[in-house]
Amino acid sequence: MSADYGSRGISRRGILKGATALGAAAMIAPLGATRARAMPKKGGTLRVGMAHGSTTDSLDPGSWENDTMIFQAHTRNNYMTEIAPDGSLIPELAEGWEASADAKTWTFKIRDGVSFHSGHMLVAADVIASLNHHRGEDSTSAAKPIVADIVDMQADGMNVVITLANGNADFPFVLSDYHLPILPAQADGTIDPTTTDGCGPYKIDNLEFGVRADYSRHDGYWKKDRAHFDKIEQIVIYDNAARQNALISGEVDYIDSADLNTVHLLKRAPGINVLSITGTQHYGLPMDTRAAPFSDNNVRQALKYAIDRQQMVDTILNGYGSLGNDHPIGPGQRFFNSDLEQKSYDPDKAKFYLKEAGLDSLAVDIHLADAAFSGATDAGILFSESASAGGINLNVVREPNDGYWSNVWMQKPFAGTYWGGRPTEDWMFATAYAEGVPWNETYWSHTRFNELLVSARSELDEGLRREQYHEMQAIVSNEGGIIIPMFASYVGAYSDALGHDETVASNWRNDGQRLAERWWFA
Amino acid sequence: MGFLTGLAWLVAIVIGVIAIGWTFRAFTVAISPKPLAKELRTAPLTASFGMVIILIYIIVAIFAPAIAPFSETEIVGREYEPWDDTFLLGTDNLGRDMLSRLIYAARNTVGIAFITTALAFILGSVAGLLAATVGGWIDQLLSRAVDVLMAIPALIFALLLLTIVGTSIINMILVIALIDSTRVFRLARAVAMNIVVMDYVEAAKLRGEGLWRLISREILPNALAPLVAEFGLRFCFVFLTISALSFLGLGIQPPTADWGSMVRDNATLMTFGDITPLLPAGAIALLTVCVNWVVDWQLHRASGLKE
Amino acid sequence: MAHVWGMILKRLALGVVTLFVVSILIFMATELLPGDFAQEILGQSATPETVKALREQLGLDQPLLTRYLSWLGDILRGDLGNSLANGNSVSELIGKRLGNTLYLALYAAAIAVPLSLTLGILAALYRNTFFDRFANAAALTSISFPEFFVAYILIFWLAGAGGIFPSMSNFRTDPTLSEFLYRAFLPALTLTLVVTAHMMRMTRAAIINLLASPYIEMARLKGMSPIRVIVKHALPNALAPIINVIALNLAYLITGVVVVEVVFVYPGLGQLMVDSVSARDMPVVQGVALVFAGAYVLLNLTADVLATLSNPRLVHGR
Repeated sequence: MSADYGSRGISRRGILKGATALGAAAMIAPLGATRARAMPKKGGTLRVGMAHGSTTDSLDPGSWENDTMIFQAHTRNNYMTEIAPDGSLIPELAEGWEASADAKTWTFKIRDGVSFHSGHMLVAADVIASLNHHRGEDSTSAAKPIVADIVDMQADGMNVVITLANGNADFPFVLSDYHLPILPAQADGTIDPTTTDGCGPYKIDNLEFGVRADYSRHDGYWKKDRAHFDKIEQIVIYDNAARQNALISGEVDYIDSADLNTVHLLKRAPGINVLSITGTQHYGLPMDTRAAPFSDNNVRQALKYAIDRQQMVDTILNGYGSLGNDHPIGPGQRFFNSDLEQKSYDPDKAKFYLKEAGLDSLAVDIHLADAAFSGATDAGILFSESASAGGINLNVVREPNDGYWSNVWMQKPFAGTYWGGRPTEDWMFATAYAEGVPWNETYWSHTRFNELLVSARSELDEGLRREQYHEMQAIVSNEGGIIIPMFASYVGAYSDALGHDETVASNWRNDGQRLAERWWFA
Repeated sequence: MGFLTGLAWLVAIVIGVIAIGWTFRAFTVAISPKPLAKELRTAPLTASFGMVIILIYIIVAIFAPAIAPFSETEIVGREYEPWDDTFLLGTDNLGRDMLSRLIYAARNTVGIAFITTALAFILGSVAGLLAATVGGWIDQLLSRAVDVLMAIPALIFALLLLTIVGTSIINMILVIALIDSTRVFRLARAVAMNIVVMDYVEAAKLRGEGLWRLISREILPNALAPLVAEFGLRFCFVFLTISALSFLGLGIQPPTADWGSMVRDNATLMTFGDITPLLPAGAIALLTVCVNWVVDWQLHRASGLKE
Repeated sequence: MAHVWGMILKRLALGVVTLFVVSILIFMATELLPGDFAQEILGQSATPETVKALREQLGLDQPLLTRYLSWLGDILRGDLGNSLANGNSVSELIGKRLGNTLYLALYAAAIAVPLSLTLGILAALYRNTFFDRFANAAALTSISFPEFFVAYILIFWLAGAGGIFPSMSNFRTDPTLSEFLYRAFLPALTLTLVVTAHMMRMTRAAIINLLASPYIEMARLKGMSPIRVIVKHALPNALAPIINVIALNLAYLITGVVVVEVVFVYPGLGQLMVDSVSARDMPVVQGVALVFAGAYVLLNLTADVLATLSNPRLVHGR
């Protein structure tokens, strides 16, 4: 039940999956960041208000799904690799790595002298135990599919040698996924999934799931130029109004998510900055391509032309986002196809495609809840209004937020979804568009697309690879089963007492969820 | 300054209420046949004002399509347009006309609330009166069942049930009516318990009156006053339940307009001092106050207190 | 007096039966909810394999009856079990939240009960005057606003930039009493506004109901002042329905305040219940439901005992 007080924008049970976006420097939104460019200063207690989080959260890395836990993950832990604010991949616990020619065998060199909060020093066995937690028959980890390709891991001094079933040139990106923190190994070679230990910048002093967490700086943290705050307080504030008020009245210094309906009013409050980051987060309306009438691509095309994307961005996102073109690759990504024609609202074209499908008019239901994305039911209503001009009678069925992902998403033939996106094109396509994968939410299968996906993954010539990814985007856009009307920005807000680097990461909310170690009090 | 303005408004409202109430009473007394006019003359100004407002609500609800300047669901402008000549009360978060939605919401909200409350009262009071009159194991069974249902917090229970059966308007009416009827049952039973021991009920039983006749002729008329009072409050609680449900992510199917959900959708604006959400909230409050003023008058008459 | 004790015992026994039935009902209802724990907790990231593995590990693949009986067996041994989600002990989880919930309920009741009794008596005394109508209208207006909206209005007036009170409770572990009273003031005030009208109207109605009785008439004819007539003669006889309504409202303050908890970031039982239901975390759902039902049963019992004691005719039996 969601009791979901849903109400609070995206349901807090909303699940963000996967790491996101490789943001290039070019797509960082203007922040007025120059003002905050003072040298980092040590000290102070950072108080953060989070929109999502639940009393049913757990310390098991395989279960992390909401922003509170993902923020906590990066505050308490380190990972093998890190996505830098500019979107490039940089070493973290792995000092460096090397691949065999077929990209099947990877050797990672583990950093020396890294201490856990408990005093334990990092060794190769910790890495193997941490990754093993997500593998194997009995694993209940949400990250199980992304490490499924690992067939073997061996420790060799401070090196870890990982063997994959198939070559993957982007494998080090996978190790930056938020589910894969490095935790201390126990004597039996497993990790304790209930430990609060970690080797990240802050250690947990007090933790109450769904309510708050308190941290203090880890004295032995190996990064000397990071982790400026003395303490962090992380507070879960579900209600939009309460969260914004907490910021305005100075109860917190930063909120991870602002209500788009009132963000213009929030902006006017003195001493408040709004932080808007455009990355790869996108909202979509997937159709089951096996079910009539969506099995006919003409019907799908008709619906794609019957939606007013600009109106969606203006109304649902209040302008904080950009137009989507029915494929999941963001404009800042490496192989984005900028030559692809942007679809726009065209009721005549919608009618044309309906006629192609042998129909005069079309009546379909769309099943939505705000759990799918913030404003999903409103988006459905806008869609229904614009579609009627194209001869389409779209009926919006409002589903409960509670249980949305198990009962509606991938169960009803036409619903809503949202994706944080993935840092690489291959990761994104392989997760939700390849034939037969568990999250192929449109049950779509396209022979040419599937061939390209495999060949592009191992293609070493960047020009050829680009061509292949461009073609894949065109196929998904024109023949795929999902309408992606908009890319949504991450919109948060903070007190101007806080300072940050000029470039704020776009791969996640909260400066790539690493705000705790990257920001400071100016 | 703010205080003085507030006071001025308050005085203006009080004078308005008195004036409308007085005019309406004088008017209805003048046009009604004698016995009714005599009754109406006893109405205090508040009750008379209440009747005017209820009447207006009913008219607005019935003739909504004729009164509203735009349709309920059509997007006619940009989002959050200010108040002007075209959009008298501005537009909502999707660019639909606020005034039109308020008017249509009267129809939906009052209709739903009325059906729900009526259902709850039929169910609850029939069961309650039956339990009190028959007693024995029927009473025990019904009372224990109601005890169990009431021991589960209403809002959480409603959420559970609605998630199971789905949130269509019919389901919502049935679920809220079921939960509300437990409260009505308790009241009806408690009131009837005091009546069934009265001599005239005993006498009726001895005369051999049937159960149905006993309940409808002897007990119900004497239990009516507290039930009516409860009706006034319960009726208004239905809006609040719908509103709370929509706060928790369930609620009426969009794009249907209802006041409870409209408060919810715009509530965040309130914390910035924007009064938009006060419009639907005020519509609920005004109706609540008016219904209860009328109920108070009827109760006062029923209590037999002369002054 | 003896039969009062008898009644208490009988009602307690019935209460236990009620709790038992509630536990079955809640168990069934949670089972009927679409999706189970394994699906809900993994949410959008669920795959058939992980869901299956999780079900096996937690014993969710067992038949319904087996799971209920094993839960019941633990309860009878005094063990509320552990949360499926994070393995925390349910009694510990509830313990912490229950304290918070009770403090807030007590705080709100300490303001609301005296306030509504006073207003109710005054309204009965000055019935049909401007004061009566105004108090009534104000009280009705305050309950006809949804709770979260009352909360927002209070936040706008009393918190926000430069406000007097904090907009959220947010206390760290173990606040001092004064800190608690200060930080929890707005939620308590919101709840006060929500429950006052009901109690006040019942007080007024119960008293007025008696004013036409012959013995009140008598007292008045003796020349007693109206306020004394009401307080000395009418009120004691009107206590039963008033106590009943107070008990109902207290039960509401304990079990029904999830919306206020959300708006003021107050970590109480309501939020725990709702989170656990949405994750289908059965042991926690059951635990909280039992606490809620228990609170309701006890308050009702207390109200009935007090109502009985307030009426000498009932105390001494028939």
